[in-house]
Amino acid sequence: MIQLKINGIDVSVDRGTTLLEAATFLGLPIPTLCHMEGLTPYGACRLCVVEIGAPPNSRLVTSCTYPAEEGLTVRTASNRVLRARRMIVELLLASCPQSKTIQDIASAMEVRQQRFRQENEDCILCGRCVRMCSEQMMAGAIGFTGRGQDRAIGTPFDSHSEVCRLCGGCIYVCPACELRCTYTDPEKAICGGCANLAPPCADKPQFDDMMCYMQPCVACEIKKD
Amino acid sequence: MDQPQEAATATQPDPGTVEICISCMHLPGCRLRSKQEEPVLSCDLFEEGEWSADLVAALIDKHRDQRGGLISILEGVQAKYGYLPEKALRIVAERTGRSLVDIYGVATFYKAFSLEPKGRHMCSVCVGTACHVRNAPTVVEEFERKLGVKPGETTEDREYSFETVNCLGACALGPIVVVDGHYFPQVNARQVDEIIDKTQNGLDFIEVTTDKRVFPVEVFCARCNRSLMDTDHLIEGYPSVRVTISFGRKHGWLRLSSLYGSFTIESEHEIPAETIPQFFCPTCHAELAGATDCPNCAAPMVPLIVRGGGMVQICSRRGCTSHLLDVSGLGS
Repeated sequence: MIQLKINGIDVSVDRGTTLLEAATFLGLPIPTLCHMEGLTPYGACRLCVVEIGAPPNSRLVTSCTYPAEEGLTVRTASNRVLRARRMIVELLLASCPQSKTIQDIASAMEVRQQRFRQENEDCILCGRCVRMCSEQMMAGAIGFTGRGQDRAIGTPFDSHSEVCRLCGGCIYVCPACELRCTYTDPEKAICGGCANLAPPCADKPQFDDMMCYMQPCVACEIKKD
Repeated sequence: MDQPQEAATATQPDPGTVEICISCMHLPGCRLRSKQEEPVLSCDLFEEGEWSADLVAALIDKHRDQRGGLISILEGVQAKYGYLPEKALRIVAERTGRSLVDIYGVATFYKAFSLEPKGRHMCSVCVGTACHVRNAPTVVEEFERKLGVKPGETTEDREYSFETVNCLGACALGPIVVVDGHYFPQVNARQVDEIIDKTQNGLDFIEVTTDKRVFPVEVFCARCNRSLMDTDHLIEGYPSVRVTISFGRKHGWLRLSSLYGSFTIESEHEIPAETIPQFFCPTCHAELAGATDCPNCAAPMVPLIVRGGGMVQICSRRGCTSHLLDVSGLGS
Protein backbone atom coordinates (compact mmCIF):
# COMPACT_ATOMS: atom_id res chain seq x y z
CA MET A 1 0.00 0.00 0.00
CA ILE A 2 1.13 3.52 -0.75
CA GLN A 3 0.44 6.43 1.56
CA LEU A 4 -0.17 9.82 0.01
CA LYS A 5 -1.94 13.02 0.81
CA ILE A 6 -4.62 14.45 -1.49
CA ASN A 7 -5.95 17.91 -0.57
CA GLY A 8 -4.68 17.32 2.97
CA ILE A 9 -6.48 14.00 3.34
CA ASP A 10 -4.31 10.96 4.03
CA VAL A 11 -5.16 8.07 1.79
CA SER A 12 -3.57 4.70 1.17
CA VAL A 13 -3.96 3.04 -2.20
CA ASP A 14 -2.59 -0.02 -4.00
CA ARG A 15 0.57 0.23 -6.02
CA GLY A 16 -0.21 1.23 -9.59
CA THR A 17 -3.27 3.27 -8.71
CA THR A 18 -3.38 6.53 -10.60
CA LEU A 19 -3.92 9.87 -8.88
CA LEU A 20 -7.25 10.20 -10.66
CA GLU A 21 -8.45 6.91 -9.22
CA ALA A 22 -7.23 7.87 -5.76
CA ALA A 23 -8.98 11.24 -5.93
CA THR A 24 -12.18 9.68 -7.24
CA PHE A 25 -11.99 7.20 -4.36
CA LEU A 26 -12.03 10.17 -1.98
CA GLY A 27 -14.89 11.73 -3.90
CA LEU A 28 -12.85 14.67 -5.17
CA PRO A 29 -14.12 15.79 -8.56
CA ILE A 30 -11.58 16.00 -11.36
CA PRO A 31 -12.93 16.80 -14.84
CA THR A 32 -11.84 14.37 -17.54
CA LEU A 33 -12.37 14.14 -21.25
CA CYS A 34 -10.02 11.64 -22.86
CA HIS A 35 -10.17 9.33 -19.87
CA MET A 36 -12.62 6.47 -20.05
CA GLU A 37 -13.18 3.47 -17.88
CA GLY A 38 -12.06 0.36 -19.72
CA LEU A 39 -9.58 2.15 -21.97
CA THR A 40 -5.90 2.68 -21.21
CA PRO A 41 -5.07 6.10 -19.76
CA TYR A 42 -3.84 8.41 -22.48
CA GLY A 43 -3.29 11.88 -21.03
CA ALA A 44 -4.20 13.73 -24.21
CA CYS A 45 -6.77 16.31 -23.11
CA ARG A 46 -4.84 17.54 -20.03
CA LEU A 47 -8.10 18.48 -18.32
CA CYS A 48 -7.38 16.27 -15.32
CA VAL A 49 -4.20 18.13 -14.31
CA VAL A 50 -3.40 18.22 -10.60
CA GLU A 51 -0.54 19.86 -8.73
CA ILE A 52 1.99 17.62 -7.01
CA GLY A 53 4.89 18.38 -4.65
CA ALA A 54 5.64 21.25 -2.31
CA PRO A 55 4.84 24.75 -3.68
CA PRO A 56 8.17 26.18 -4.85
CA ASN A 57 8.87 23.01 -6.82
CA SER A 58 5.35 21.88 -7.44
CA ARG A 59 4.34 20.87 -10.91
CA LEU A 60 1.26 20.01 -12.89
CA VAL A 61 0.76 16.43 -14.02
CA THR A 62 -2.14 14.63 -15.63
CA SER A 63 -3.76 12.64 -12.86
CA CYS A 64 -5.10 9.98 -15.22
CA THR A 65 -1.61 8.80 -16.12
CA TYR A 66 0.39 9.61 -12.98
CA PRO A 67 0.80 6.65 -10.62
CA ALA A 68 0.49 7.25 -6.88
CA GLU A 69 3.85 7.62 -5.13
CA GLU A 70 4.75 7.14 -1.50
CA GLY A 71 4.48 10.40 0.45
CA LEU A 72 3.22 12.47 -2.49
CA THR A 73 1.28 15.66 -1.78
CA VAL A 74 -1.44 16.28 -4.31
CA ARG A 75 -3.73 19.27 -4.72
CA THR A 76 -6.64 18.76 -7.06
CA ALA A 77 -8.19 22.21 -6.88
CA SER A 78 -5.44 24.76 -6.19
CA ASN A 79 -5.59 28.12 -7.96
CA ARG A 80 -2.87 27.05 -10.33
CA VAL A 81 -4.74 23.87 -11.25
CA LEU A 82 -8.03 25.69 -11.80
CA ARG A 83 -6.33 28.35 -13.94
CA ALA A 84 -4.67 25.69 -16.06
CA ARG A 85 -7.93 23.79 -16.50
CA ARG A 86 -9.84 26.90 -17.51
CA MET A 87 -7.23 27.69 -20.11
CA ILE A 88 -7.35 24.13 -21.44
CA VAL A 89 -11.11 24.15 -21.67
CA GLU A 90 -11.02 27.47 -23.52
CA LEU A 91 -8.58 26.00 -26.00
CA LEU A 92 -10.79 22.94 -26.43
CA LEU A 93 -13.77 25.21 -26.99
CA ALA A 94 -11.86 27.19 -29.55
CA SER A 95 -11.22 24.10 -31.64
CA CYS A 96 -14.48 22.27 -31.06
CA PRO A 97 -17.21 24.70 -29.97
CA GLN A 98 -20.21 22.55 -30.79
CA SER A 99 -19.40 19.68 -28.44
CA LYS A 100 -21.91 19.53 -25.64
CA THR A 101 -19.51 17.55 -23.47
CA ILE A 102 -16.95 20.31 -23.65
CA GLN A 103 -19.60 22.99 -23.21
CA ASP A 104 -20.81 21.32 -20.05
CA ILE A 105 -17.30 21.02 -18.66
CA ALA A 106 -16.80 24.70 -19.43
CA SER A 107 -20.06 25.65 -17.76
CA ALA A 108 -19.14 23.68 -14.66
CA MET A 109 -15.92 25.68 -14.47
CA GLU A 110 -17.74 28.96 -14.94
CA VAL A 111 -16.10 29.56 -18.28
CA ARG A 112 -18.56 31.69 -20.22
CA GLN A 113 -16.41 32.98 -23.02
CA GLN A 114 -13.34 31.81 -24.84
CA ARG A 115 -10.77 34.25 -26.11
CA PHE A 116 -9.16 32.46 -29.02
CA ARG A 117 -9.67 32.35 -32.72
CA GLN A 118 -12.69 30.19 -33.34
CA GLU A 119 -12.14 27.06 -35.37
CA ASN A 120 -14.81 24.56 -36.10
CA GLU A 121 -13.00 21.28 -35.95
CA ASP A 122 -14.93 18.12 -35.38
CA CYS A 123 -12.12 16.41 -33.50
CA ILE A 124 -10.01 17.23 -30.47
CA LEU A 125 -7.66 14.25 -30.96
CA CYS A 126 -8.47 12.78 -27.56
CA GLY A 127 -7.88 9.30 -28.95
CA ARG A 128 -10.92 7.75 -27.31
CA CYS A 129 -12.15 6.25 -30.57
CA VAL A 130 -8.71 4.89 -31.45
CA ARG A 131 -8.41 3.14 -28.09
CA MET A 132 -11.99 1.94 -28.25
CA CYS A 133 -11.38 0.43 -31.67
CA SER A 134 -8.21 -1.41 -30.75
CA GLU A 135 -8.77 -2.24 -27.07
CA GLN A 136 -12.46 -2.98 -26.77
CA MET A 137 -13.46 -3.84 -30.31
CA MET A 138 -10.15 -5.56 -31.12
CA ALA A 139 -10.26 -4.15 -34.62
CA GLY A 140 -7.55 -1.52 -35.01
CA ALA A 141 -9.32 0.04 -37.95
CA ILE A 142 -8.66 3.69 -37.14
CA GLY A 143 -5.61 5.44 -35.81
CA PHE A 144 -3.68 8.66 -35.75
CA THR A 145 -2.13 9.78 -39.02
CA GLY A 146 0.24 12.62 -39.75
CA ARG A 147 2.00 14.84 -37.28
CA GLY A 148 1.61 18.22 -35.65
CA GLN A 149 -0.90 20.35 -37.48
CA ASP A 150 -1.74 17.55 -39.85
CA ARG A 151 -2.48 15.02 -37.13
CA ALA A 152 -5.86 13.45 -37.67
CA ILE A 153 -7.84 10.33 -37.02
CA GLY A 154 -8.26 8.13 -40.01
CA THR A 155 -8.12 4.77 -41.67
CA PRO A 156 -5.06 3.62 -43.63
CA PHE A 157 -4.87 5.32 -47.02
CA ASP A 158 -8.13 7.11 -46.17
CA SER A 159 -10.13 4.31 -47.66
CA HIS A 160 -12.58 1.89 -46.11
CA SER A 161 -10.76 -0.41 -43.72
CA GLU A 162 -11.24 -4.15 -44.14
CA VAL A 163 -11.04 -4.72 -40.40
CA CYS A 164 -13.79 -2.21 -39.59
CA ARG A 165 -17.02 -3.95 -38.65
CA LEU A 166 -19.02 -0.71 -38.60
CA CYS A 167 -19.77 -1.30 -34.93
CA GLY A 168 -20.11 2.41 -34.23
CA GLY A 169 -18.08 2.17 -31.03
CA CYS A 170 -15.88 5.07 -32.10
CA ILE A 171 -18.89 7.35 -32.56
CA TYR A 172 -20.41 6.17 -29.30
CA VAL A 173 -17.39 7.24 -27.22
CA CYS A 174 -16.62 10.45 -29.12
CA PRO A 175 -17.00 13.55 -26.94
CA ALA A 176 -16.83 15.93 -29.87
CA CYS A 177 -19.03 14.71 -32.68
CA GLU A 178 -22.37 15.25 -31.04
CA LEU A 179 -25.27 17.19 -32.36
CA ARG A 180 -24.80 20.86 -32.11
CA CYS A 181 -26.38 22.71 -29.23
CA THR A 182 -28.13 25.46 -31.10
CA TYR A 183 -28.14 28.19 -28.59
CA THR A 184 -28.24 31.56 -30.26
CA ASP A 185 -25.70 33.63 -28.35
CA PRO A 186 -22.64 35.11 -30.03
CA GLU A 187 -20.27 32.59 -31.53
CA LYS A 188 -17.76 32.52 -28.74
CA ALA A 189 -20.14 32.51 -25.80
CA ILE A 190 -21.01 29.46 -23.75
CA CYS A 191 -24.47 29.72 -22.26
CA GLY A 192 -24.06 27.11 -19.55
CA GLY A 193 -27.78 26.61 -19.70
CA CYS A 194 -27.60 22.88 -20.11
CA ALA A 195 -25.35 22.21 -17.16
CA ASN A 196 -26.92 21.16 -13.87
CA LEU A 197 -30.46 21.51 -15.06
CA ALA A 198 -33.23 18.99 -14.86
CA PRO A 199 -34.47 18.06 -18.32
CA PRO A 200 -36.90 20.90 -19.05
CA CYS A 201 -38.53 19.57 -22.15
CA ALA A 202 -38.72 15.86 -21.42
CA ASP A 203 -42.16 16.16 -19.87
CA LYS A 204 -43.48 18.86 -22.17
CA PRO A 205 -45.37 17.41 -25.11
CA GLN A 206 -44.83 20.46 -27.34
CA PHE A 207 -41.10 19.72 -27.50
CA ASP A 208 -41.32 16.28 -29.02
CA ASP A 209 -39.00 17.28 -31.81
CA MET A 210 -36.19 18.55 -29.61
CA MET A 211 -32.83 18.65 -31.26
CA CYS A 212 -30.39 17.20 -28.78
CA TYR A 213 -31.13 13.63 -27.97
CA MET A 214 -28.00 13.12 -25.90
CA GLN A 215 -29.20 15.28 -23.07
CA PRO A 216 -32.07 17.68 -23.03
CA CYS A 217 -31.15 21.28 -23.26
CA VAL A 218 -32.89 24.56 -22.62
CA ALA A 219 -31.64 25.73 -25.98
CA CYS A 220 -34.42 23.92 -27.78
CA GLU A 221 -36.94 25.57 -25.61
CA ILE A 222 -35.56 28.97 -26.45
CA LYS A 223 -35.40 28.12 -30.11
CA LYS A 224 -39.01 26.96 -30.20
CA ASP A 225 -40.16 30.34 -28.95
CA MET B 1 10.25 4.67 -74.41
CA ASP B 2 13.91 5.58 -74.48
CA GLN B 3 13.98 6.40 -70.81
CA PRO B 4 16.56 3.79 -69.68
CA GLN B 5 19.17 4.96 -72.16
CA GLU B 6 18.62 8.55 -71.20
CA ALA B 7 18.92 7.75 -67.54
CA ALA B 8 22.03 5.70 -68.06
CA THR B 9 23.86 8.43 -69.93
CA ALA B 10 22.73 11.14 -67.60
CA THR B 11 23.85 9.56 -64.37
CA GLN B 12 27.17 8.19 -65.62
CA PRO B 13 27.52 5.16 -63.39
CA ASP B 14 30.64 4.26 -61.51
CA PRO B 15 32.26 1.20 -63.00
CA GLY B 16 31.44 -1.78 -60.88
CA THR B 17 27.91 -0.86 -60.01
CA VAL B 18 25.27 -2.79 -61.81
CA GLU B 19 22.49 -0.69 -63.15
CA ILE B 20 19.59 -3.06 -63.22
CA CYS B 21 16.39 -2.12 -61.59
CA ILE B 22 15.68 -5.21 -59.56
CA SER B 23 12.17 -4.02 -59.12
CA CYS B 24 11.04 -4.64 -62.63
CA MET B 25 14.09 -6.29 -64.18
CA HIS B 26 14.60 -3.37 -66.52
CA LEU B 27 11.25 -3.00 -68.08
CA PRO B 28 11.04 -0.16 -70.54
CA GLY B 29 9.88 2.93 -68.71
CA CYS B 30 11.65 2.03 -65.50
CA ARG B 31 13.15 5.01 -63.78
CA LEU B 32 16.59 4.51 -62.40
CA ARG B 33 16.85 6.31 -59.13
CA SER B 34 20.02 5.54 -57.32
CA LYS B 35 23.60 4.81 -58.25
CA GLN B 36 24.35 3.27 -54.91
CA GLU B 37 25.80 -0.19 -54.73
CA GLU B 38 22.41 -1.65 -54.27
CA PRO B 39 20.97 -0.86 -57.64
CA VAL B 40 17.34 -0.45 -56.88
CA LEU B 41 15.37 2.30 -58.27
CA SER B 42 12.06 3.90 -58.04
CA CYS B 43 9.97 2.31 -60.64
CA ASP B 44 6.24 2.40 -61.18
CA LEU B 45 6.17 -1.10 -62.55
CA PHE B 46 7.55 -2.98 -59.58
CA GLU B 47 4.33 -3.83 -57.89
CA GLU B 48 3.47 -6.43 -60.50
CA GLY B 49 5.93 -9.10 -59.49
CA GLU B 50 6.15 -11.66 -56.70
CA TRP B 51 9.68 -10.68 -55.75
CA SER B 52 8.55 -7.40 -54.22
CA ALA B 53 6.77 -9.38 -51.54
CA ASP B 54 9.93 -11.43 -51.04
CA LEU B 55 12.04 -8.32 -50.67
CA VAL B 56 9.78 -6.89 -48.01
CA ALA B 57 9.63 -10.26 -46.26
CA ALA B 58 13.43 -10.43 -46.17
CA LEU B 59 13.56 -6.97 -44.60
CA ILE B 60 11.03 -7.98 -41.98
CA ASP B 61 13.02 -11.10 -41.07
CA LYS B 62 16.17 -9.04 -40.75
CA HIS B 63 14.64 -6.66 -38.20
CA ARG B 64 12.33 -9.12 -36.50
CA ASP B 65 14.06 -9.18 -33.12
CA GLN B 66 14.88 -5.51 -32.87
CA ARG B 67 13.07 -3.06 -30.73
CA GLY B 68 11.69 -0.39 -32.96
CA GLY B 69 12.26 -2.66 -35.91
CA LEU B 70 9.26 -1.23 -37.72
CA ILE B 71 11.05 1.99 -38.58
CA SER B 72 14.05 0.02 -39.85
CA ILE B 73 11.77 -2.08 -42.03
CA LEU B 74 10.05 1.00 -43.45
CA GLU B 75 13.43 2.66 -44.03
CA GLY B 76 14.50 -0.41 -45.95
CA VAL B 77 11.37 -0.37 -48.07
CA GLN B 78 11.79 3.33 -48.72
CA ALA B 79 15.44 2.82 -49.70
CA LYS B 80 14.43 0.07 -52.10
CA TYR B 81 11.53 1.74 -53.83
CA GLY B 82 12.03 5.42 -53.11
CA TYR B 83 8.65 5.50 -51.39
CA LEU B 84 6.36 3.28 -49.37
CA PRO B 85 3.99 1.48 -51.70
CA GLU B 86 0.61 0.57 -50.26
CA LYS B 87 1.13 -3.09 -51.07
CA ALA B 88 4.42 -3.14 -49.20
CA LEU B 89 2.77 -1.63 -46.12
CA ARG B 90 0.08 -4.27 -46.26
CA ILE B 91 2.71 -7.00 -46.41
CA VAL B 92 4.56 -5.43 -43.46
CA ALA B 93 1.33 -5.36 -41.47
CA GLU B 94 0.54 -8.94 -42.31
CA ARG B 95 3.98 -10.33 -41.52
CA THR B 96 4.66 -8.36 -38.36
CA GLY B 97 1.19 -9.00 -36.98
CA ARG B 98 0.57 -5.32 -36.31
CA SER B 99 -2.49 -3.52 -37.50
CA LEU B 100 -2.16 -1.66 -40.76
CA VAL B 101 -3.27 1.55 -39.13
CA ASP B 102 -0.25 1.50 -36.76
CA ILE B 103 2.09 1.15 -39.67
CA TYR B 104 0.26 3.81 -41.65
CA GLY B 105 0.51 6.08 -38.59
CA VAL B 106 4.29 5.65 -38.40
CA ALA B 107 4.64 6.08 -42.15
CA THR B 108 2.72 9.35 -42.12
CA PHE B 109 4.36 10.62 -38.92
CA TYR B 110 7.93 10.83 -40.20
CA LYS B 111 8.85 13.22 -42.96
CA ALA B 112 11.54 10.82 -44.14
CA PHE B 113 8.84 8.48 -45.36
CA SER B 114 6.78 9.19 -48.42
CA LEU B 115 3.67 7.42 -49.57
CA GLU B 116 3.96 8.94 -53.01
CA PRO B 117 6.62 8.00 -55.54
CA LYS B 118 9.38 10.60 -55.66
CA GLY B 119 10.94 12.04 -58.77
CA ARG B 120 14.37 11.19 -60.11
CA HIS B 121 15.78 14.47 -58.89
CA MET B 122 15.23 15.83 -55.43
CA CYS B 123 15.31 19.63 -55.13
CA SER B 124 15.45 20.91 -51.57
CA VAL B 125 15.30 24.64 -50.98
CA CYS B 126 16.28 25.85 -47.52
CA VAL B 127 13.79 28.28 -46.01
CA GLY B 128 15.44 28.47 -42.61
CA THR B 129 15.78 31.87 -40.96
CA ALA B 130 19.13 32.78 -42.51
CA CYS B 131 18.07 31.71 -45.98
CA HIS B 132 14.66 33.31 -45.56
CA VAL B 133 16.07 36.77 -44.89
CA ARG B 134 18.27 36.40 -47.94
CA ASN B 135 15.28 35.90 -50.19
CA ALA B 136 14.78 32.15 -50.18
CA PRO B 137 11.02 32.67 -50.70
CA THR B 138 11.60 34.08 -54.17
CA VAL B 139 13.74 31.04 -54.98
CA VAL B 140 10.91 28.81 -53.79
CA GLU B 141 8.43 30.73 -55.94
CA GLU B 142 10.68 30.41 -58.95
CA PHE B 143 10.99 26.65 -58.45
CA GLU B 144 7.22 26.42 -58.11
CA ARG B 145 6.77 28.33 -61.34
CA LYS B 146 9.43 26.45 -63.30
CA LEU B 147 8.44 22.98 -62.15
CA GLY B 148 4.74 23.69 -61.85
CA VAL B 149 4.44 21.98 -58.47
CA LYS B 150 4.08 23.12 -54.89
CA PRO B 151 6.63 22.18 -52.21
CA GLY B 152 6.26 18.54 -51.24
CA GLU B 153 5.00 17.54 -54.68
CA THR B 154 6.48 15.71 -57.63
CA THR B 155 6.19 16.73 -61.26
CA GLU B 156 3.88 14.65 -63.38
CA ASP B 157 6.70 13.14 -65.40
CA ARG B 158 8.36 12.03 -62.13
CA GLU B 159 11.50 13.93 -63.00
CA TYR B 160 11.58 16.36 -60.08
CA SER B 161 10.46 16.30 -56.52
CA PHE B 162 10.47 19.68 -54.85
CA GLU B 163 10.51 20.33 -51.14
CA THR B 164 11.40 23.06 -48.70
CA VAL B 165 13.57 22.24 -45.71
CA ASN B 166 14.06 24.26 -42.58
CA CYS B 167 17.82 24.28 -42.20
CA LEU B 168 20.69 22.50 -43.87
CA GLY B 169 23.34 23.67 -41.43
CA ALA B 170 25.11 25.80 -44.03
CA CYS B 171 23.62 29.15 -43.12
CA ALA B 172 26.69 31.07 -44.27
CA LEU B 173 25.92 29.94 -47.81
CA GLY B 174 22.26 30.92 -47.86
CA PRO B 175 19.97 30.85 -49.68
CA ILE B 176 21.05 27.31 -50.31
CA VAL B 177 19.56 24.77 -52.69
CA VAL B 178 20.44 21.09 -52.64
CA VAL B 179 19.74 19.03 -55.70
CA ASP B 180 20.54 15.32 -55.58
CA GLY B 181 23.04 15.92 -52.79
CA HIS B 182 24.80 18.79 -54.57
CA TYR B 183 24.90 22.12 -52.80
CA PHE B 184 24.20 25.31 -54.67
CA PRO B 185 25.18 28.27 -52.48
CA GLN B 186 23.83 31.82 -52.58
CA VAL B 187 21.16 31.08 -55.12
CA ASN B 188 18.91 33.79 -56.50
CA ALA B 189 15.76 33.34 -58.52
CA ARG B 190 17.60 33.91 -61.81
CA GLN B 191 19.80 30.85 -61.24
CA VAL B 192 16.93 28.44 -60.78
CA ASP B 193 16.68 27.77 -64.51
CA GLU B 194 20.36 27.01 -64.67
CA ILE B 195 20.13 24.60 -61.73
CA ILE B 196 17.28 22.71 -63.33
CA ASP B 197 19.16 22.49 -66.63
CA LYS B 198 22.28 21.24 -64.92
CA THR B 199 20.29 18.62 -63.09
CA GLN B 200 18.91 17.35 -66.34
CA ASN B 201 22.36 16.97 -67.80
CA GLY B 202 23.52 15.06 -64.77
CA LEU B 203 25.09 16.79 -61.84
CA ASP B 204 27.69 14.09 -61.48
CA PHE B 205 29.71 15.65 -64.28
CA ILE B 206 30.62 18.35 -61.83
CA GLU B 207 32.49 15.96 -59.57
CA VAL B 208 36.20 16.39 -60.01
CA THR B 209 37.55 12.90 -59.83
CA THR B 210 40.17 12.90 -62.55
CA ASP B 211 42.11 15.92 -61.33
CA LYS B 212 45.16 14.53 -59.55
CA ARG B 213 47.07 17.78 -59.34
CA VAL B 214 47.97 18.65 -55.80
CA PHE B 215 47.10 22.16 -54.66
CA PRO B 216 46.46 23.66 -51.24
CA VAL B 217 42.90 24.71 -50.43
CA GLU B 218 41.72 27.04 -47.74
CA VAL B 219 38.52 25.90 -46.05
CA PHE B 220 35.92 27.41 -43.77
CA CYS B 221 33.23 26.17 -41.46
CA ALA B 222 29.88 26.06 -43.26
CA ARG B 223 28.09 27.26 -40.16
CA CYS B 224 30.12 30.16 -38.77
CA ASN B 225 32.16 30.85 -41.89
CA ARG B 226 35.37 31.10 -39.87
CA SER B 227 38.57 29.68 -41.24
CA LEU B 228 39.53 26.18 -40.24
CA MET B 229 43.15 26.75 -41.28
CA ASP B 230 45.83 26.34 -38.61
CA THR B 231 48.86 28.36 -39.68
CA ASP B 232 50.89 27.33 -36.63
CA HIS B 233 50.73 23.66 -37.44
CA LEU B 234 52.10 22.79 -40.84
CA ILE B 235 51.51 19.52 -42.61
CA GLU B 236 53.55 18.92 -45.77
CA GLY B 237 54.74 22.51 -45.58
CA TYR B 238 51.27 24.06 -45.73
CA PRO B 239 48.90 25.22 -42.99
CA SER B 240 46.77 22.33 -41.84
CA VAL B 241 42.99 22.11 -41.59
CA ARG B 242 42.04 21.83 -37.94
CA VAL B 243 38.77 20.26 -36.83
CA THR B 244 37.59 18.62 -33.66
CA ILE B 245 36.50 15.02 -33.78
CA SER B 246 34.87 12.68 -31.36
CA PHE B 247 34.40 8.96 -31.55
CA GLY B 248 33.61 6.46 -28.86
CA ARG B 249 34.60 8.20 -25.64
CA LYS B 250 37.43 10.13 -27.24
CA HIS B 251 37.34 13.77 -28.20
CA GLY B 252 40.25 15.69 -29.64
CA TRP B 253 41.76 17.60 -32.53
CA LEU B 254 42.40 16.31 -35.99
CA ARG B 255 44.60 18.07 -38.51
CA LEU B 256 44.23 17.33 -42.19
CA SER B 257 46.62 18.15 -44.93
CA SER B 258 45.30 21.11 -46.90
CA LEU B 259 46.75 19.74 -50.10
CA TYR B 260 43.92 18.58 -52.31
CA GLY B 261 44.59 14.95 -53.12
CA SER B 262 46.73 14.30 -50.05
CA PHE B 263 45.33 12.11 -47.30
CA THR B 264 47.88 12.85 -44.58
CA ILE B 265 46.32 13.46 -41.18
CA GLU B 266 47.54 13.99 -37.65
CA SER B 267 45.27 13.26 -34.74
CA GLU B 268 45.35 13.67 -30.99
CA HIS B 269 43.95 10.20 -30.56
CA GLU B 270 44.68 7.30 -32.83
CA ILE B 271 41.61 6.60 -34.95
CA PRO B 272 41.04 2.91 -35.61
CA ALA B 273 40.36 2.03 -39.24
CA GLU B 274 36.71 2.07 -40.33
CA THR B 275 35.74 4.38 -37.44
CA ILE B 276 33.28 7.11 -38.37
CA PRO B 277 34.05 10.04 -36.03
CA GLN B 278 31.84 13.08 -35.75
CA PHE B 279 33.48 16.26 -37.02
CA PHE B 280 33.03 19.62 -35.31
CA CYS B 281 34.12 23.19 -36.00
CA PRO B 282 36.73 24.11 -33.35
CA THR B 283 35.40 27.70 -33.23
CA CYS B 284 31.62 27.44 -33.13
CA HIS B 285 31.47 23.75 -32.13
CA ALA B 286 28.79 23.07 -34.71
CA GLU B 287 28.86 19.61 -36.16
CA LEU B 288 30.25 19.62 -39.67
CA ALA B 289 27.58 17.48 -41.23
CA GLY B 290 25.78 17.65 -44.52
CA ALA B 291 23.06 15.76 -46.27
CA THR B 292 25.36 13.71 -48.48
CA ASP B 293 26.55 10.17 -47.88
CA CYS B 294 29.81 8.78 -49.21
CA PRO B 295 29.20 7.18 -52.61
CA ASN B 296 31.69 4.41 -51.77
CA CYS B 297 31.01 3.49 -48.16
CA ALA B 298 27.78 5.36 -47.29
CA ALA B 299 29.35 7.10 -44.28
CA PRO B 300 28.27 10.75 -43.86
CA MET B 301 30.33 13.27 -45.85
CA VAL B 302 31.86 16.25 -44.04
CA PRO B 303 31.27 19.48 -45.96
CA LEU B 304 33.91 22.23 -45.87
CA ILE B 305 33.55 25.56 -47.63
CA VAL B 306 36.39 26.41 -50.00
CA ARG B 307 37.69 29.96 -50.31
CA GLY B 308 36.48 31.51 -53.54
CA GLY B 309 33.23 29.57 -53.57
CA GLY B 310 32.36 25.94 -53.69
CA MET B 311 32.63 23.13 -51.28
CA VAL B 312 34.81 20.12 -50.66
CA GLN B 313 33.30 17.11 -49.00
CA ILE B 314 35.38 14.40 -47.40
CA CYS B 315 34.25 11.00 -46.24
CA SER B 316 34.16 10.75 -42.47
CA ARG B 317 35.19 7.10 -42.36
CA ARG B 318 38.81 6.47 -41.40
CA GLY B 319 40.51 4.79 -44.31
CA CYS B 320 38.02 5.86 -46.94
CA THR B 321 39.59 8.37 -49.30
CA SER B 322 36.40 9.36 -51.00
CA HIS B 323 35.89 13.07 -51.51
CA LEU B 324 33.89 15.41 -53.69
CA LEU B 325 34.94 18.84 -54.82
CA ASP B 326 32.37 21.21 -56.15
CA VAL B 327 33.88 24.51 -57.14
CA SER B 328 31.33 25.21 -59.81
CA GLY B 329 29.48 27.62 -57.46
CA LEU B 330 26.83 29.12 -59.69
CA GLY B 331 27.05 32.68 -60.80
CA SER B 332 30.45 33.19 -59.24
